[in-house]
Amino acid sequence: MIPSDSSIQFDENGNLKHFLTINGLPRETLINILDSAESFITFGKREIKKVPLLRGKTLVNLFFEPSTRTLTTFEIAGKRLSADVINLSASRMSTSKGETILDTVRTLEAMHTDLFVVRDTASGAAHLIASHLPDHVRVINAGDGRHAHPTQAMLDMFTIRQSKQEFSNLTVAIIGDVLHSRVARSQIHALNILGVKAVRVIGPKTLIPTEIESMGVTTTSDMVDGLDDVDVVIMLRIQRERMDGQLIPSEQEYFNRYGLTEDKLKFAKEDAIVMHPGPINRGLEIASNVADGSRSVILNQVTNGIAVRMAIMAKIMGARESTMNEKQS
Amino acid sequence: MSSTDTSTDTSTDTSTDMGIDIEQTIQGLAEQIAAHNPANPILIGIHTGGVWIAQRLQRILGYSEPLGSLDISFYRDDFSRVGLHPEVKSSELPVAIEDRNIILIDDVLYTGRTIRAAMNEIFSYGRPNQVKLGVLIERSGREIPIQADFVGCAMDQLDESRQVKLTNENGKLELNVIKIGANKTAASKTGAPG
Repeated sequence: MIPSDSSIQFDENGNLKHFLTINGLPRETLINILDSAESFITFGKREIKKVPLLRGKTLVNLFFEPSTRTLTTFEIAGKRLSADVINLSASRMSTSKGETILDTVRTLEAMHTDLFVVRDTASGAAHLIASHLPDHVRVINAGDGRHAHPTQAMLDMFTIRQSKQEFSNLTVAIIGDVLHSRVARSQIHALNILGVKAVRVIGPKTLIPTEIESMGVTTTSDMVDGLDDVDVVIMLRIQRERMDGQLIPSEQEYFNRYGLTEDKLKFAKEDAIVMHPGPINRGLEIASNVADGSRSVILNQVTNGIAVRMAIMAKIMGARESTMNEKQS
Repeated sequence: MSSTDTSTDTSTDTSTDMGIDIEQTIQGLAEQIAAHNPANPILIGIHTGGVWIAQRLQRILGYSEPLGSLDISFYRDDFSRVGLHPEVKSSELPVAIEDRNIILIDDVLYTGRTIRAAMNEIFSYGRPNQVKLGVLIERSGREIPIQADFVGCAMDQLDESRQVKLTNENGKLELNVIKIGANKTAASKTGAPG
């Protein structure tokens, strides 16, 4: 199931209740999340890095796929908002004993979970879960198959705004394994909604899905053309674990043609920033000296991930009581 | 009260100028604080109105420590009812508050909930030696046991249907009492912790 409908994300008053996909969100919602992330960013520097917004609320991180930075930053974000955070990974769950994902979620919901953060190999998993939970339970998509990874896209937008302030004049290049990348799809939606000047997708034809141009981007297989005058360079991980056929010739050849090196970066603007959602394959899609270089904001992306995820949780968890108690008051 | 109070829909309501000389009231507030004479104090204003008052007090009192400001949105007790305020500003405490004498400033003291939230936030930065509260306007309607140490002007005659609102037009502070619709009274009091 590839969900195209994002209306399930909103309550009857038009407020955001789940965060499942960027597609279909109004620009002001994205700006609002970026703005409130701005104020959460200062919390990392405080003596006590906690605020009481989600005190007494239970957050379950439900990860059916391995993750380091997403899981950890969601855990930290939840804890800094004072929620009780429980992490469940595939190997520890009863789904490995044959339980369906919906039964697992219903079981956890019976323990009065308030917010689920879900990662799954199947596109649409978070949508499916959100549509089967009671009204007051919230769901955040932390990556579903090839479909979407909306919180990653938001932290990327935050990182871009940190360096470039305005979106309207930017040309952004997304390079590499777009075929398997839920990150790229969410980024393209976000960049379009925020109104950047142009989005270019660069990579070998085998890794660029044919339908991608319908999302309003241009595609090319030529790094020199593609990087010309670019403000933001987003590298994607070659997802070897998802490749069943021969999609790239050899790792060395891929690196020679599409790996981001200092030499190739010269074709972009002088002040272009380099991003990567991680984990990075050094020497495959990006050279080590570029990943660690002065134009790389890869570690800023990780740091920003905490504040942006706090902002998204605060956004969907706020004013929840008004829908829960409407009938009583 | 501060930020949320100003967001209440008052389009159909009437507004009254209270005829209070704000600058003179702030001067009086400054004199009370000066008479208290705390050692090496730090002034902290609560966004947005409290910061305006604190800026003027800082100028009058000539304190050497930079002014602090608090946005209490993350500490409000009505988050699960009304959500996060859309325009949260950053709190800025430019100096360490550990063992220091703090004078917390707000424009209007009403329910007391804003002050409770502000104190929670202050204590997440450290343990001050002392916290005193100064307000431009003190009105009745406390919902928790909090009282001001320094008061510019007391307004005990206001009932729940009246809202006190401080505005800042190009540096000129203005105080208005607004009548809010009867059906909105309860909600607005909850929405604006004062």
